[in-house]
Amino acid sequence: MPQPPFIILDSVTKRWSNGATVLDGISLQAERGEFISLIGPSGCGKSTLLRLLAGLSGLSSGSVSLDGMLPESAREIMSFIFQDATLLPWRTVRSNVELGLELEGKTTESQRRKTSTALLQLVGLSDVADLHPRQLSGGMRMRVSIARALATRPKILLMDEPFGALDEMTRDFLNEEVLRLRENDQFTTFFVTHSVAEAVFLSTRILVLRAKPGQIAREIPVPFTFPRTADLRSAPEFLRLVGEVSAALRAVQVPSNPSNPGHL
Amino acid sequence: MKKFLMQAAWPLAVFVVVITAWDLCCRGFAIPAYVLPPPSAVVRVVLERHHTLWNAFCITALEAGGGYLLSIIGGVVIALFFAQSPLIRRSLYPYTILLQTVPIVAIAPLILMWFGSGLRSVMLVAFVICLFPIIANTTQGLISVPRNLIDLFIMSNASRSRLLLKLRLPHALPHLFVGLRISAGISVIGAVTGELFASSNAVGEGGLGYSITYANSQLQTDYLFALVLTASLLGFLFFFTVAALEWLCLRKWHESAMKIDAD
Repeated sequence: MPQPPFIILDSVTKRWSNGATVLDGISLQAERGEFISLIGPSGCGKSTLLRLLAGLSGLSSGSVSLDGMLPESAREIMSFIFQDATLLPWRTVRSNVELGLELEGKTTESQRRKTSTALLQLVGLSDVADLHPRQLSGGMRMRVSIARALATRPKILLMDEPFGALDEMTRDFLNEEVLRLRENDQFTTFFVTHSVAEAVFLSTRILVLRAKPGQIAREIPVPFTFPRTADLRSAPEFLRLVGEVSAALRAVQVPSNPSNPGHL
Repeated sequence: MKKFLMQAAWPLAVFVVVITAWDLCCRGFAIPAYVLPPPSAVVRVVLERHHTLWNAFCITALEAGGGYLLSIIGGVVIALFFAQSPLIRRSLYPYTILLQTVPIVAIAPLILMWFGSGLRSVMLVAFVICLFPIIANTTQGLISVPRNLIDLFIMSNASRSRLLLKLRLPHALPHLFVGLRISAGISVIGAVTGELFASSNAVGEGGLGYSITYANSQLQTDYLFALVLTASLLGFLFFFTVAALEWLCLRKWHESAMKIDAD
């Protein structure tokens, strides 16, 4: 018997209580280990889609299956990385990394310590383990956030524009870091971003969404093999694909019309 | 240390100037001592009556401190209740504002009537006056947790009690301290005001407020000055104890802890 796809979305629709349709009939399947980027104009519902997958928001119609489970039941195999680092300022870096494990309550303190030590080493933050978040730079905070998400060894990683607020150098560096971490742990990722280059560099597949209502406009596979290195960014076929995705994105941009500002 | 001395130098200079001016006024205009006693007379009365002064200080400290501690417990419990739902807040919050808007001198006689005179009633006055800042600030802290942090806890399947203990309460701590600092000073005001109405008048049981009315009626203005200074000293003591506690709790992680001296 063939295995059903790891993740199945079937005509997922989300309407706000005022009747506005945010997502309209999103259907999609994903296999284990895929890295899927969601890109589109603001208001296309890409962050909402992520929240639906996380079970933080309910569907209006359609269905979501994550490894055969509903979103609410699949939380144990999922981690969410937010736009800001969302660290608890009163906890040390180490203690922040251990938070997810601590809340799950299935591990002993020494096990958590072992996990956090390994992860901090992995993201290069061993030296700052005992500092508090406010003593770190934005990029370092995001690395703590990533380490925290990976601490529970998730099978599904949901990332909502995690590097949007960082400068380009830090962003590139963290992109490479995400790929490196992905080599260790084959998590399946949904990644919301505004950066075409970032999407092409990281993904196995890019979904371009259009807004009002949010629908999948195009699906663009990214053929580059892993492991990918920083050199990829200057390869001609990389730049060609960036151009293609950019064109697809331009095609779905609603031309702005000052006399008729789109309602929210 | 040198920096500290430099910082202390200016307030100290102001102190010397004010005391000197005060003294010169008393001498220069030949003001009678029952209207404005010279500083030397105040110092003398402090030395002479330090025993009764200390006694009154302790009583008022007990009343203010007791009311203050009760208001912390009561205020935090009420804030926890308020944090449960917007409906609860909408229904009950207007009434807590009454605590702030009704003048305490209007409530004190009622408390005297209902509970009689004595330490307990005075404590109650201090409790009432301290309650609102603690409720308001703690509630604010409990309900202003960023949405993403709550989602993070939901994603970890955290129970309500864990959410409260590991997220809402620590997040509310800096807000609670704002309330604590406001209430620290006014607890003494509450106790002194309470004593004007509800103090026991048995010998040796009157606090600073009671002694103030007594000194006033006897035209012992020098003693009155000493009592007022002692009361403000008590307020300072409360305030700085709380500020020190705040610094200890927040210095590692909260922005405000670095600026506490500037407040």
